[in-house]
Amino acid sequence: MKLTLSWLKEHLDTSAALAEIVETLTRIGLEVEHVHDPAAQLKDFKIAEIVEATQHPNADRLRVCKVNTGAPELVQVVCGAPNARSGLKSVFSAPGTYIPGKKITLGKGNIRGVDSLGMMCSFEELELANESDGIIELPDDAPVGETYAQWAGLDDPVIEINLTPNRPDAAGVYGVARDLAAAGLGVLKNKDILPVEGEFPCPFRVTLDFAEGEKHLAPFFGLRLVRGVKNGPSPSWLQRRLREIGLRPINALVDITNYLTFDRARPLHVFDAEKVKGDLVVRRARAGETLLALDGKTYELDESMVVIADDNGPESLAGVMGGEASGCDDGTTDVLIETALWDPQNIAHTGRKLGIVTDARYRFERGVDPAFALPGIELATQLVRDMCGGEASELVIAGAVPRETCAVDFPWTETARLAGVDVSKAEATAILERLGFTVEKTSEDRAKIAAPTWRPDIEGKADIVEEIVRILGVDNVPSTPLPRAQGVAPAVLTQMQKRARNARRALAAQGLVEAVTWSFISKGEAEAFGGGSASLALANPIAAELSDMRPSLLPGLVAAAGRNAARGLGDQVLFEVGQIFLDPTEKGQRLAAAGIRRGLAGAGRHWSGAAQRAGAFDAKADVMALLGALGVATGGLQVVPGGPAWFHPGRSATLQFGPKAIVGHFGELHPRALKALDVEGPIAAFEIILDNLPAPKAKPTKIKPKLELSDLQPLSRDFAFIVDRAANAGDLVKAVGAADKALIVDVSVFDVYEGVGVPEGKKSVGVAVTLQPREKTLTDAEIEAVAQKIVAEAERKCGAALR
Amino acid sequence: MTDIAKLEEDTLRQIAEAADEAGIEAVRLAALGKKGAISALLSTLGKMSPEERKTEGARINALKDKATEALAARRAELAEASLEARLKAETLDVTLPAATSALERGRIHPISQVMDELSVIFADMGFAVAEGPDIESDDYNFTRLNFPEGHPAREMQDTFFLSPEAGESRLLRTHTSPVQVRTMLTQKPPIRVICPGRVYRCDFDQTHTPMFHQVEGLVIDQSTHMGHLKWVLEEFLKSFFEVKGVKLRMRPSFFPFTEPSMEVDVQCRRQGGEIRFGEGDDWMEILGCGMVHPNVLRNCGHDPDVYQGFAFGVGIDRLAMLKYGMSDLRAFFDADTRWLEHYGFRPLDFPTLAGGLSS
Repeated sequence: MKLTLSWLKEHLDTSAALAEIVETLTRIGLEVEHVHDPAAQLKDFKIAEIVEATQHPNADRLRVCKVNTGAPELVQVVCGAPNARSGLKSVFSAPGTYIPGKKITLGKGNIRGVDSLGMMCSFEELELANESDGIIELPDDAPVGETYAQWAGLDDPVIEINLTPNRPDAAGVYGVARDLAAAGLGVLKNKDILPVEGEFPCPFRVTLDFAEGEKHLAPFFGLRLVRGVKNGPSPSWLQRRLREIGLRPINALVDITNYLTFDRARPLHVFDAEKVKGDLVVRRARAGETLLALDGKTYELDESMVVIADDNGPESLAGVMGGEASGCDDGTTDVLIETALWDPQNIAHTGRKLGIVTDARYRFERGVDPAFALPGIELATQLVRDMCGGEASELVIAGAVPRETCAVDFPWTETARLAGVDVSKAEATAILERLGFTVEKTSEDRAKIAAPTWRPDIEGKADIVEEIVRILGVDNVPSTPLPRAQGVAPAVLTQMQKRARNARRALAAQGLVEAVTWSFISKGEAEAFGGGSASLALANPIAAELSDMRPSLLPGLVAAAGRNAARGLGDQVLFEVGQIFLDPTEKGQRLAAAGIRRGLAGAGRHWSGAAQRAGAFDAKADVMALLGALGVATGGLQVVPGGPAWFHPGRSATLQFGPKAIVGHFGELHPRALKALDVEGPIAAFEIILDNLPAPKAKPTKIKPKLELSDLQPLSRDFAFIVDRAANAGDLVKAVGAADKALIVDVSVFDVYEGVGVPEGKKSVGVAVTLQPREKTLTDAEIEAVAQKIVAEAERKCGAALR
Repeated sequence: MTDIAKLEEDTLRQIAEAADEAGIEAVRLAALGKKGAISALLSTLGKMSPEERKTEGARINALKDKATEALAARRAELAEASLEARLKAETLDVTLPAATSALERGRIHPISQVMDELSVIFADMGFAVAEGPDIESDDYNFTRLNFPEGHPAREMQDTFFLSPEAGESRLLRTHTSPVQVRTMLTQKPPIRVICPGRVYRCDFDQTHTPMFHQVEGLVIDQSTHMGHLKWVLEEFLKSFFEVKGVKLRMRPSFFPFTEPSMEVDVQCRRQGGEIRFGEGDDWMEILGCGMVHPNVLRNCGHDPDVYQGFAFGVGIDRLAMLKYGMSDLRAFFDADTRWLEHYGFRPLDFPTLAGGLSS
């Protein structure tokens, strides 16, 4: 919403300066986004007179002018404008002036051998017109030496308000003035709008053609004919006003409707009566109907939209935009003025569906003042008669202005209850009345408060409190400490929140760098990582590569690694902890933690040894470190070879606590999946679903289990087993451990060997077994017995032979 | 010169001349070994007369002691020299780099860091952290929050919708307010929660990304009013920006889910590329807030004549940008490791009240 200071002052009697007005507007909720002073860039342009214009000695089209700029000496200016002539008053700029229309700073010139010490300017050069065909021509009484902008009234600041959708009343200058007056910044000028006496019956009839239950689409429609008008350019004050707020003057009749849209937040429409065939019907549009609108575009209408139609069909799209066929032009002699009320939702729907944004739609969809529908057309009629003459008909009215207003039963304590500020009844009443509310006392501490017709946003007590507080000043609400619990603040994070937080810290401590990538990825990426179902696709993605909810964090990380590689950073170590989507339900969203390593495992090349490319065991180390840091009991964790399709089939594993309790995967990514993302591998990766990890058991105290320490020294024995090359070391470790669960406390693999001395197709696995004697030192015979059991178990379960 | 004197001279010379451990052992054997020269002299004592033995014995034993002493001294000397030589040979180029530690390389994203900071601040004021799904229903994202069907306020937020296959009007939440709805529907007041999380709007430029992070706060009880809201925001911003005080300016505004609604500007000074809070005479719009709208309370099962409270919302990414000085929101989601290394936090930079939010 834009308005100028002088326009505002037409409705508000105030001595306040611009700065105070701007500050007050923002304080009462009409946030000023911008104040533009068009005179600022024109301050150096002066009114001057060409005293003498003679032909340039060396150029046919140039003139040498002696210019009176108000200084004692005349200034010589070479001018190429065809209208540069002796006696003409125009606008002069001296060397050093910035010319906004040309985006240059003027210098002293010498044009074809003649000095030129300034410039006579066109509207275009002052950025006051898009094109001009000569220098500005000012009337003879223009005062030489004065600043042009000031003299021309261009120094009127334009205030731009960022209007919130709940305040359609302030979509007019009058409404803004009313709010300022309520805030004590002046007095609202009340200009009575007198009804225009009709001189003859209106020859057009209007029908509201709606089914029962749909009458709210057009509750009221008023029409008046003014005949014998002379249309043409509107008066210069009106044109200037429209221009200042960024509108293009068209002709007097159209300008009047635009003026009232901004002056009173009352959109009206004018038809050229001669182009209207038959009577007007307000009705739903019919499928297949079209309208060539005033913006020159043809719109396809449907039954959800409301039109004003005549015998030719739709002439205007109700509350949104008029039609070209019945529009007013300079030839219009008889004009039909329309004032109406429309259903805000329907207007919003129509505008959205057709993609039409107009000042009328803006106001109707937010809610215009129904009580001003009639005064609006009276005011428009007066303006038409003032500017274009003509005689007005009587009004034709269809429907009626709804009378319901919102009355709130308001306890005066409500302001203190919600806002925490004490306002006396008298002060609150005064504020509300200045805003146009009526306050009717119902008891000592309650009142019935009725909202003015122009405030459709007022529904209840909280709205009344807002009105009182916003005019009083929100800054007057005293800051009040929120009562806090006695003592030390208790912990508030849930198990999962702590898990997510610790996962981030643990992975960062593993040397991984946290990324936050988009929740949506391309369909191709989603498909390559097990997603891409239609139910997780966006209906209106912002870009094709951000179209599907991610089924995994890995594609985002892999793509990021690819982008970094393209920047020359090939070694990538990234992780993310975030949501993934398995289906569109609440349960389908899971919290995952994933990490990738590409290139030299993150540490980079080092002089102390050969740098290793990141592989499956780096990913396994990361995931095990993560589980360890999260305190997950990994005793029952199974590492099952093989993972989902986007992992290398021979270099990946599934982590699970059972076939139905899969928690995640690790390994190298499948070359095919990487190819789908156009990223070069190998990349080692893991992904864990944090929700799937077993929750720690709740215990009544923080006491840890008792620590049992043996006085007897543990002893270690090494075994080398020959097993099939394809056998899993994990199975062997498990089998060995099971040989004597009481004595064996640890089994670890210290060597894996294939080659000379080991048969083809086999491998040797070295296993260190730690025995912890419980009650007494083990004898050699006892140790030997355990060793034999170990060998027997390894053979029975894994086909292992002692090497 | 007597034999003994000569032997002494020879032995001591040989000891002094021994160049290494093997040399000194050879001298020892030659002098004191079973067949050594001094041992041989000692064995002659048995055949001497008692008088002779008395004088010769003392001389020979003195020689033996001298030789033993000299051997030990030379041995120590040689050991010292060989240690020196070994150490010299073991010299390393200590200017070579050590392997970097994982703790040195790892980074926490600024968004995670700021979320941790927020939890610390609000936990101290008694707020729990509530979360909810990103894919929401139209009902929780709009209707219950008092956005009427077809109202222009719905257009204030450009919504991403899921395809119809996802079910009846599923969308990506445009704010974390649906978490407030979920909290109010399932908890009895008093309620104090913050709702941090990802939110989505169709927008893309230097300061808008289609996905960003928001934290909302909600307090519902029977007495909390705008004054409390103001205090909480002051405390929050002061603590978050780690300044002694902040000055806030509240302006009436409009949000469908609060009434009265306000926008909050914070006093600041802009100098160079930097913004400082708690000083200066500039204002920066930072968050929106208000008293929870009676319709929202009603829609979530609470009587607005009994219960009341406030809500506020602020962008987490924006808070991070203001506090830590990043200028382009898009870079938050690009995972450029140069950016992450520069703006990211170290693994052990855990914000705490005792130790301060940032180090």
